[in-house]
Amino acid sequence: MSGSNSPKSVRTPLGRVRGLGSSHSGTSDFWRQRLTAVAMLLLLIPVIFIVMSLLRSNQAGAAQVLGTPLVAIIMLLFIVASVWHMKIGMQVVIEDYVHDEKIKLISIIGNNFFSAAVALASIYAILKLSSGV
Amino acid sequence: MALSIVHRATGVALYFGTLLLVWWLIAAASGPVAYAHVQAFTGSIIGRLIAFGYTWALIHHAMSGIRHLVWDLGYGFKPSEREWLTWAALIGGIGITILLWIIAYAIGGGR
Repeated sequence: MSGSNSPKSVRTPLGRVRGLGSSHSGTSDFWRQRLTAVAMLLLLIPVIFIVMSLLRSNQAGAAQVLGTPLVAIIMLLFIVASVWHMKIGMQVVIEDYVHDEKIKLISIIGNNFFSAAVALASIYAILKLSSGV
Repeated sequence: MALSIVHRATGVALYFGTLLLVWWLIAAASGPVAYAHVQAFTGSIIGRLIAFGYTWALIHHAMSGIRHLVWDLGYGFKPSEREWLTWAALIGGIGITILLWIIAYAIGGGR
């Protein structure tokens, strides 16, 4: 960034204002990784409390508690934050260690698919319990 | 201290550990038979080891993550501060994990 204001910069004025760099996404992943981290830190104690309170439960008890609005909302927030966080984290790991372009591409696609599947499956389960169907 | 690689390794472990969370939630939504399968697994020796490892990975990653957030804010870069943060994350992660499992067994969740 320091060189962007020098006369030698090849960046256009518009590109400099947008500040998105060559990836066209700027620092959005960096920011979201921290945003979701803070969210999870706030949610961690309630989530641990919920999970611990369900340790002795059978299916009927667990289903009832997980379907309670407050519990369901806390779990949904935690799932959304954690899946977003882990998707970005795994992408960083892949980009750091996988140097073969084809394998890297497949890994990143797989990471997106896995994360989406985890999120959707968890959200579906909680919404199903919440609606009592 | 080479703790940043541990942060990364626990992150990757938690990534795949979400499968256990998904399995648990789907089973709860599916019915008593599916839920009994989860409980049979988490009650087994290997299941307990995985659940214990998952707990530690989660707590350690959270503690170590706080350390990174402190650094992101521009604090804690002196050698003594870095050492302190690292040891706090390490000891805090192990300590809280053991504490949670003691509570879990105390309330009868370890059956």
